[in-house]
Formats: sequence, structure tokens, C-alpha cells
Amino acid sequence: MHVVILSGSTVGSKTKTAMSVIEAKLRNQYDHLIVDMIDLKDYQLVFSDGRHYLDYDGDTVYVTEKIMQADLIFIGTPIFQASIPGTLKNIFDLLPTHAFKEKVVGLVVTAGSQKHYLVVEQQLKPILSYMKAIVSSQYVFIEERDFHFQTIVNDDVQFRLQALVEDTLLLKDSYNEMRQKLEAKYDF
Amino acid sequence: MSMHDYRINNKNGLEFGIYTLGDHLMNPETGKKISAKQRLKEIIELAKLSDEAGLDFFSVGESHQEGFVTQAHTTVLSAISQVTKQIKLGSSATIISTSDPVRVYEDFATIDLISNNRVEIIAGRASRIGLFELLGYDVSDYEGLFEEKFALLNQINNEAYVTFEGQYRPKLHHAHVLPRSENPLPIWRAVGGTSASAIKAARHGVPMHLAMLGGPVSTFKSVIQTYRETLHQSGFDPTHYPVGTAGFFHVAKTTTQAQKEMYSYINEGMKRTNGQGFSKQAFAHGKDKHNVMNIGSVEEVIEKLLYQHDVFKHQRYIGQMDFGGVPFNQLMRNIDIIGEKILPKIRQYTRPKEEN
Repeated sequence: MHVVILSGSTVGSKTKTAMSVIEAKLRNQYDHLIVDMIDLKDYQLVFSDGRHYLDYDGDTVYVTEKIMQADLIFIGTPIFQASIPGTLKNIFDLLPTHAFKEKVVGLVVTAGSQKHYLVVEQQLKPILSYMKAIVSSQYVFIEERDFHFQTIVNDDVQFRLQALVEDTLLLKDSYNEMRQKLEAKYDF
Repeated sequence: MSMHDYRINNKNGLEFGIYTLGDHLMNPETGKKISAKQRLKEIIELAKLSDEAGLDFFSVGESHQEGFVTQAHTTVLSAISQVTKQIKLGSSATIISTSDPVRVYEDFATIDLISNNRVEIIAGRASRIGLFELLGYDVSDYEGLFEEKFALLNQINNEAYVTFEGQYRPKLHHAHVLPRSENPLPIWRAVGGTSASAIKAARHGVPMHLAMLGGPVSTFKSVIQTYRETLHQSGFDPTHYPVGTAGFFHVAKTTTQAQKEMYSYINEGMKRTNGQGFSKQAFAHGKDKHNVMNIGSVEEVIEKLLYQHDVFKHQRYIGQMDFGGVPFNQLMRNIDIIGEKILPKIRQYTRPKEEN
């Protein structure tokens, strides 16, 4: 099973720090996963101009192909100006309409203020639903004070990240099982 | 222009044809890929068999991306014109945006003359854009290139001496574009399934060929209705403009067998050419009478084609049955069944009543 961990910002370090915790948990606790960490800070992506994602080159086609090939995606996003960052929205714009069909997505949010709690609910989830993702219902919301020098210092956050990993994998496994059952009926 | 000018005779009922995109992909069942030479010869042979079985139309696509072999589709059509006698020929589609309309007209007019007036152009915008770079065009001109060149192609088709000034091609002053086909060529606009594109076809007063890979008949009905309403609003008589539809086709003894014989080719072929496979669930829903996908038992496919004709009142259906490395013997079997069982029924039931 292919897993992509996407750190959706080119600014700051908190989202990357949280996604590194997810990465470590996946690598240490599961043998059957092929894990790719994509930190958008490390890539030079162009803005979407509407073309098919395979028609881009360089980092843009590398990142979009990795996402399209994934079965499971963990998306980490900061909240800027009461919104997801443009770098993450650009990823969605680069992909086809139904890019996340049959993919399960887990969400991690970092923010400077509790006021941003519903941004994911109101902005990110509708985008993911439109693109046909199956979104793990609970997301992990992490605040400024939970970090110290690029580590997470709040144990509760560690437990919530662990629960997100477990729940998202469980959702993917259950979905796969149910889908296989459905497809077995087709007889082709 | 009228139906007659588009070489359509409503008295013959629904036209039935075959189209290929000219893909050249591995057979996922065997893991083997035939040579480009063999694939081209099989396409030409398929056209010959289609002609012999009495099909109305055969067309070849132009695609410049990896996994395709008919980039020079006019050359392939030219070869096909020499091994066929009656069948009408066309492109599915010609990417007019990245070619010079003068050259496109010259090529097609030539094939029209050597084939005894059997060739048509279906012009499209390309769903992938690799060819823009390959052929020296800027993809940011995607829409402008198509609209200007498509209009020029139609102008050349209707006027032997052309004066033209545009943004994407040097001026033409009273240019005599030769050779001339004996009658204007039927030139259709390829429409990918959205109403927006159908509206553009209607505003320009050109016939529409509509791609429909899967989905409810009712959805495509609404696109066709929008096309005809826009024709009317734009001052054109909708009864003068033919509508063609295009989609997956395959028949076998039972519908399940037909699905079994097609799914892996379509799914793997789409993965290779487009990055995403064909959902098994959507494919399973394809067997429903109200879904446009014509894959099933002979009886069910006949019933679906008649239902679609009842709803669309279209003039032509073309089926795609060779996508994704389907072996040639499966294609030959289809052609036999189309000729023996499908065409007689389709013609019997779609010809105007008094002609029965």
C-alpha cells in the first residue's frame, strides 16, 4: 500500500514537524507500507494552468504522480489568513477532478489560534469531498503552544496523532475489504 | 449546409461506425505488445473488414503522446481509402489547433478525391497537450488556436479563394487552396461531453460529434438538447445539423462475458494513457439500459442502441472496441456480429416508418 505524507506549506516548520511524527509512526509501526514524505518546501512546483497532470514536467509531475499513485494520503496544512495556504490549493488545482477516488485521507492542521479550528471543516473537507476522497472524520488540530523547537511537547497531541494514524489505516483497510466484496459480485 | 451536404441520408436510419484513437498499448492479458507496423496494418485491415461488413463509417484519431501510433492519421486514412469501397472515412479527431488548416484541407480534399467523396473531418482541441510543444505551439493559446484555425478550415472548405487575417497564422490573400473536393467536406466539431463545448459547436453552426465513455443517457441527452436549442437561437435550423455519438463498444454471448472480455483492456489502457483506471463500479453500471456504454450481449446492445436513438434522435453512432491492446481476433468477431446481427436490426428500426 502506497502512503503519501504531504506537508502542504512552504512557510514555517510546524506542519513539517507534525507530519514527521506521522511519518515516524508509519515507518516504525507498519511493515507493509511504502511511505513517501513530500514537503512542498523541497519542491519547485508551477501553478496549475489547467493541463492534464501528466503533461507537466520536473517537480510538478513528480509530486502529482506520487499523489495519484497513493492509496492513503496524510495531508498537513497550516492556516494562513483564515485559509489553507495557496501552495496546498495549487496541489488540488493541478490534479484531475476525481483525483482522490478510492483514496483515504487523514488530516493534520497547525494553527496560531483556536479561532481557526473550523477552517478545515469549512474549506478543506468540501474540496476533498468534491475530489471524491474518503476523509477520516477526526482531524488533529495543533496549536502554536504545543510546539517547542520543532518538537511536539504536548503528550495529548502525540496520542491524537497516533489515533489518526490508526483510524485512517483502519478506514482504508475496511474500505478495501468492503470494496473487494462489492467487486466480487460483478463477475468480470 | 443541410443533412445532404453532410452526406447524411435520414432515410437510411442511424449510421453505425467504428473509431480508433490509434492507441498502441500492451495487451494486459498476455503482457505483450505488438509492433507499430502490425498495429497500423491491423487498423487498416479493420477498416477493410468494416467496409465489407457494410458499416457506414470508420475513423482514425490523431494523438501525439506516448502509446499511440496514428500521429500521421491522414496517411493512415489515405491507405484505408485504397482498401475500402463504400464506407465513409474520417478523423476522430484531427487536432486542428496544432496544424495549418491549409495543409489539413489539402490532405483531406486529396483523400476525398481518391476515395470517391468518402472522407470527413472531425476536429478537436486535444485532451492532452504534449503535441503543442512537439509541433511548436504555445499551450497558453489552447483556445485561441482552436477557434481561429477551426474557423479558417471551414472557410477554406467553403471558399476556393481565401482571404484571411488572424493571430496564429500568416495572412492569406485570395489564396487558391487546392485540390478542391467535389463537394464541401463534412466538418464536425469534436465535443468532449460538456455543454459548453456543444454550445460553441452550435453557435458556429457546425455538426457535433459527442464523446461519451460512460454515464446516464439522460446526461448526454441534455447536452444534445442544449446543442439543438443553441443552433436554433443562433439562427440555424437544427434539422440540418447531424449529431454523432461515440463510445465503448463490445458484444459477446452474454453481457457478463462481454464485460469480462473488455474490462482489463479499458482499465489498464486508461491507466497507461491517462493515469487513472476505469472504476469497476462505473463499468458494472455500464450494462444498464440507461447507461451509454454499449458493452453486452448482442440483444442487449441492440436494445441500448435503439433506446439511445429514441432519446438522442442522432444520425450516427461510432463504437470504440480496440482500446488498450484488444487482440485482433476479438475485433474481427465484433465486425462479423455487427454486420450479421446488429446492422440489420438497427436499420430496420431506425429508418423512418414509411421506408420499412
